[in-house]
Order: sequence, then structure tokens, then C-alpha cells
Amino acid sequence: MINRLTSTLDFQTRALGLRAERQRLIASNIANADTPGYVARDFNFAQALQQANGGGSSGFKLADNAALAAQTPDGGNGSAQPRLNYAMASQTNLDGNSVDMDRERASFAENALKYESTLRFINSSVKTTLDAMKSHNQG
Amino acid sequence: MSMMKIFDVAGSAVSAQSQRLNVVASNLANADTVAGPDGQAYKARQVVFQTVLMGEQGHNDSAAGVRVSTVREDQAQGRRVHDPKHPSADADGYVTYSNVNAVEEMVNMISASRSYQNSIEVMNTAKSLMQKTLQMGQQV
Repeated sequence: MINRLTSTLDFQTRALGLRAERQRLIASNIANADTPGYVARDFNFAQALQQANGGGSSGFKLADNAALAAQTPDGGNGSAQPRLNYAMASQTNLDGNSVDMDRERASFAENALKYESTLRFINSSVKTTLDAMKSHNQG
Repeated sequence: MSMMKIFDVAGSAVSAQSQRLNVVASNLANADTVAGPDGQAYKARQVVFQTVLMGEQGHNDSAAGVRVSTVREDQAQGRRVHDPKHPSADADGYVTYSNVNAVEEMVNMISASRSYQNSIEVMNTAKSLMQKTLQMGQQV
């Protein structure tokens, strides 16, 4: 029974986990903005969320999605892992770094905002559940 | 806890950029240093950044910090100025100054300072997101 109450939160939880993952990825890109040869990475959020939700009901798969398994040469797999893509350099430069700071800053702000909105969705869904559990004379 | 790693990543960037600023400061301070008795003037130094993976054991590809791998000396010939009255002039009357290019160093400094600010902002954002996560379900 308690499953039914919390299952509505599962989707938002997965989204929140992926948002945190993406935030970390963008933070890595920003940290390496001046590292020669560093190639910026990102993942398609919609695709990753679909994957995470379609991966069956065996719970939250994010704990082991951090690896770049889909892209490693020895070919790890894992259906619920976000596929990391490599960013192309928007302007060529000699040191081979493909971090575009404007794009990264924009993605970072966007992702932070969406993280917060997911938090709000979770908060309001908790509030809805709590309201449903209140008895009529509890105000 | 993937958000926690952001502090490690951004912290490594802040410390690397501050080391870069340090090197720029010593280059600028020595911009007009002349060669000592050994004929060796100050050589400009440059930091070399390197990506360092700081994820969990086994899957450490997703969190990429940065560190200074080496500090390299610019081997270019120092600036030579003809000034026979200078106490450090050599037999031909030339004084060897350091090979620091002040304009390059200023550009380097601005770039380092911007990257530093970016990393600080990343940390601030991560901090406020985590604070809001901690309040999840409380003041609804």
C-alpha cells in the first residue's frame, strides 16, 4: 500500500538524480575550461530519463550509472545509464580543448533551475500526500 | 551522492587557477629582473593543467577535476638591451633582462581570474541546490 503512495515520487526522484548527475558533468567541464586536450561532455536529458524509466521497476538505477560504460572500448552496457556525448569545439583552438564557456554556463544555469523545479514538484507532491492523510478536523 | 563531487571538482579548479595566478604574479614581479653574475636571467614560468578523474572507484569517468601537472620554464632568450653603463652589463655592453612578456602575462591573469570566478559560482550554485535538497518535504 505504501508503495502506491510513493510510486508517484519515483519518476521525480529519477529526474532529480539525473539532474544532479548532469550538474556534476557540467561542473567538470567548467573546471577543465583551460585544460589542454580536454573534450567537454554532456548527455541528452530526455533520452536518459526515458531510459531510466524504461529500465524496468527494479528501482533507482543511478547509483551505478556514473561510468562511461556505453562509450568505453571494452563495451560495458547498462540500459539505465545516460549515454555521454562529446561536445564539438564551437571555435577551433590550438590546445584541443572543446569547452565552450558560454554554452556551459547556460547549461549550468538551466540545469540548476530545472533541478530546483524538480524539487518543487517533489515538495508539492509530498504536500498533496500529507493533505490526503489529514483528517477533516485537523485543519 | 553525486552533488558532493561538485565541490571536489570546482575546488580542484579553484586551487589550480590560484596556482596559475601565483605563477603569473611571480612572472610580472620579475618582468624587469636583470641577469645575475651567472648570466642567467629569470625565466617566465607557465603552469600546465591536466585532467584528474575523481569519481568513485570503478566508474570514475564522470567527475573530472583539474590539477597543475608541471610548471614549465619558458626557454626563450631573455631581452637584451645595450646599456654599457649598467652595472650588470656584460663585456659587450649588453644587459640581459628576463624573458617575461608583460602583455601575455596580463592576458593570462585575466583568464585565470575569470576561470576562478566561474568555479566559485559553480560551488555557490551547488551549495544552494544542496540546501534546497535538504529542505525537501519540510516547509511545504
